[in-house]
Amino acid sequence: MAEEYRHIGKTAPRKDARDIMTGRAKYINDIKLPDMLYGKVLRSIYPHANIKNIDTSKAEACPGVEAVITYKNVPPWVDGTPRCRRLLDRRVRFVGDAVALVAAKTPEAAEEALGFIEVEYDPLPAVFDVEEAMKPGAPQLYDEFPNNIFSRGCRAFGLNALQEVVMGDVEKGFGEADFIIEGTCAFENIPNPLPPEPPGVIAAWEDNDHLTLWPASQSASMTRNFVQPYLRANVRVIGLQCGGSYGSKNCTLPPIGYAAALAKATSKPVKIYYTKDEHFSAYTLRLGTRIHAKVGIKKDGTVTALAGDWLVNTGAASEMTPGQVAVGCGEAQLLLRCSNWNLQPKVVCTNRNPSGVVRGFGGQEFKSALMPILGMAMEKAGLNPLEFFKKNFVKPGDGYYWRDGKWWVYRGVDYSQAMDKGAEAFGWKDKWKGWGKPTEVDGTKRRGVGLGVHGNADVGEDDSEAFVRIDPNGTAVLLACVSESGMGERSSLCKMVAEVLNLPLDRVNITPPDTLVNPFDYGLAGSRGTFTLGSAAIQAAEDAKRQLFALAAPLLDSKPEDLETKDGQIFVKGDEEKRINWMRAMGSMRTCTGHGRFTEDFSLSNFMSIFAEVEVDIETGKTELLRVVAATDCGQIIDPLCLAGQLHGALGAAGIDSALFEESLLDETTGQIRNGNLIDYTWRKYPNLPEFQNVILETPIASHRFKAIGVGEIACAPGPSAVLMAIYNAIGKRIMDYPATPEKILRVLGKLEGRQAG
Amino acid sequence: MNQEKRDEREECKGAGKTVLAAGGNGERHSIHLTVNGHLYELHIAPSHTLAHTLRETLGLTGTKIGCDYGACAACTVLVDGKAALSCQMLTVKCDGKSITTIEGLEDPKTGKLHPLQQAFIDNTAFQCGFCTPGVTMSAKALLDENPSPTEEDVKHALTGHFCRCISHYQVIKAVMEASRKGEVS
Repeated sequence: MAEEYRHIGKTAPRKDARDIMTGRAKYINDIKLPDMLYGKVLRSIYPHANIKNIDTSKAEACPGVEAVITYKNVPPWVDGTPRCRRLLDRRVRFVGDAVALVAAKTPEAAEEALGFIEVEYDPLPAVFDVEEAMKPGAPQLYDEFPNNIFSRGCRAFGLNALQEVVMGDVEKGFGEADFIIEGTCAFENIPNPLPPEPPGVIAAWEDNDHLTLWPASQSASMTRNFVQPYLRANVRVIGLQCGGSYGSKNCTLPPIGYAAALAKATSKPVKIYYTKDEHFSAYTLRLGTRIHAKVGIKKDGTVTALAGDWLVNTGAASEMTPGQVAVGCGEAQLLLRCSNWNLQPKVVCTNRNPSGVVRGFGGQEFKSALMPILGMAMEKAGLNPLEFFKKNFVKPGDGYYWRDGKWWVYRGVDYSQAMDKGAEAFGWKDKWKGWGKPTEVDGTKRRGVGLGVHGNADVGEDDSEAFVRIDPNGTAVLLACVSESGMGERSSLCKMVAEVLNLPLDRVNITPPDTLVNPFDYGLAGSRGTFTLGSAAIQAAEDAKRQLFALAAPLLDSKPEDLETKDGQIFVKGDEEKRINWMRAMGSMRTCTGHGRFTEDFSLSNFMSIFAEVEVDIETGKTELLRVVAATDCGQIIDPLCLAGQLHGALGAAGIDSALFEESLLDETTGQIRNGNLIDYTWRKYPNLPEFQNVILETPIASHRFKAIGVGEIACAPGPSAVLMAIYNAIGKRIMDYPATPEKILRVLGKLEGRQAG
Repeated sequence: MNQEKRDEREECKGAGKTVLAAGGNGERHSIHLTVNGHLYELHIAPSHTLAHTLRETLGLTGTKIGCDYGACAACTVLVDGKAALSCQMLTVKCDGKSITTIEGLEDPKTGKLHPLQQAFIDNTAFQCGFCTPGVTMSAKALLDENPSPTEEDVKHALTGHFCRCISHYQVIKAVMEASRKGEVS
């Protein structure tokens, strides 16, 4: 049971609530700098081609145009993991790849000038399928990567980043199994996380070495951490309100590179702000994932061995894909307490808009594809998935290789109770009728239920620092580099500081997300804020309080450890009459500044389970998502409404609905995304909301003073597999590639025989 | 393309009216527009959308543009009291009309928030906040027309709004709460 606190766990208005509700909150496109120019990008119409000739003279002569950049005069900036993507290249590798950049006085002038750039292409054969791309003789995207297979490794995660799961002896493990099943499943619909605000950034060079960026970003600090080595410059990043990110606006470098290059060429600030069409055709999709796997299972639910290939289609470039593979490999071990592994990922490039970092970070894609294969194994062994997951999800004392390649021992809680409470709220016991069996049949309507689970030890990823400065007037400021893209983290951290210092919430503030004035942080990712930044902020507040009490103790004829504080007053425990205010203790010309630091720790994992109920009409193939129960244990709720919103987010950001209708439809003859606009791309609307219930347990978790860990990042990760399982149970036929469109459902039901996919 | 297509603001305030010109040296049209209770005389290019005029000419950046083709409803404002997609309206067609934006909801004199704004704050009925101004304006139009809506009415009124964080559930609660208070004006 959670402790009773003054602020923690209680609903409070977000610090930025009034700004958001009055239209004062400033997003990237609300900002203009003096003399600012507008950048636009000419994009390739071919999925794969060499640029034979490019003539920019007419564009340069257009009124208002101040710079035109092509591969011929672009700075030599190369990004990606592995590093291979030039900012502009003579070779274009997907429809929408950048060909040239223009900076002009107005967006309209820049746009018009694009039309005057004359390009002659030499089209090349293109490849889109992950296995076709690996075949000998397939079109090659990068000369340095034969068979289109990117090299392993992820610098950001250290020299030994986890790139496979190899443990024990799989042959021995299969020998011990009661059943062995093999299967293939594909999560290759490359849905788009699609925040409402398009990507954007302003870049301005102070001199040759100093660049200031104002990005629409989930993490000002991560932007700096990634841009500095990319541009080899001293970079200051100033965060703004970010209109949605879901991971996709953390470290995607191309738009930043475009703005920085144009700003350098013109010596003026340059804004790049993508159109919605560019957002669809040239910005972060989810990873394509295809898994061929063999699973050994015993009747009691023990998984004796798992072997297989995880084929990752990253599109034309890899932002951090091997890093997503690293985390996915770690998450596989959190899911399955299995002793024998041989899981071999391959990251493959193809001629489409690149995949990148999205909420779920590889794990969602991996889990979505692995779960249906595990489901086949569970069915063979006659196991209820609820019991299977309870048995197999990581338990205290278990170990796993995490993304850094190191072995970590789990010291968190057993999440079986969260699964049980979720099951109870959902009515799992009554609704589960067995594999391939509907919960209810009503005419042509079949109801079915499914369950997915997910956990991520990235809750403790990377380091954080914070300062807390307390002022004599009874206020405090948290100095930490934290952006706001919707999670309310800035407000939650203020709550933690207010709790430690026992101040009203409105007397605690946080510095703007500006890397020049704040101490180090890695950025908001992997649900890390609550544990990592929380630990640093708590420590800093405690340190500041210690300094304050050291000053106050002699004035109160007491010892620092016998003092308490409330609302800017210091008093002796048990004798509240003996009190002075902070001003008396500190004087008016002093502050007490405490320091806090958190060092990366992968020994805790968060947890999320999604119980889903669907209704499939076997005449039309249409599936309706009726009900969702999201069950988790977060140790301690910091803000109930911020958390509830994050969990509801399972329905957004290419989450649950990537099992039903969310997909980017890639036309493999032209390489274009056919539904790359908000009219043709299907998204969930208000009238189609399912009933949604959050079940949130608060079992104290050994993270920090408030026993809390974050969970927002994984809210959607277990959703797609839960829905696919529910559909199987409703109709008794398996669909092994997402999404389960009406057409696929009718096809597996044998109602579309002889007709080809449209 | 004229290089001075960028908005130029020539401002002259007087007699409770602000005169503004925008749209470069090309063809301009003169219209009158009341925005959040203030009367403007505008000389603007015929191609400008209402969303553009509000944001770029009047500096009212609370109104957001998500797609700029009428599919996300982020740009929703009230035109003569009805919810409208401001990216799909030409400003020249709005002559004589009265516009309310998110900036016009709080009481300019007292700073008191509209009950709907307060209900959104109390229910944290937003995450990233980008779709929020548009959602709020549609909710305002609904409550003005139907002060006691059902949840289904609210969902229907907000159908076109693209929210990706999924604040829908908290938004519905906020709108219902604002309606119950019966304070909506």
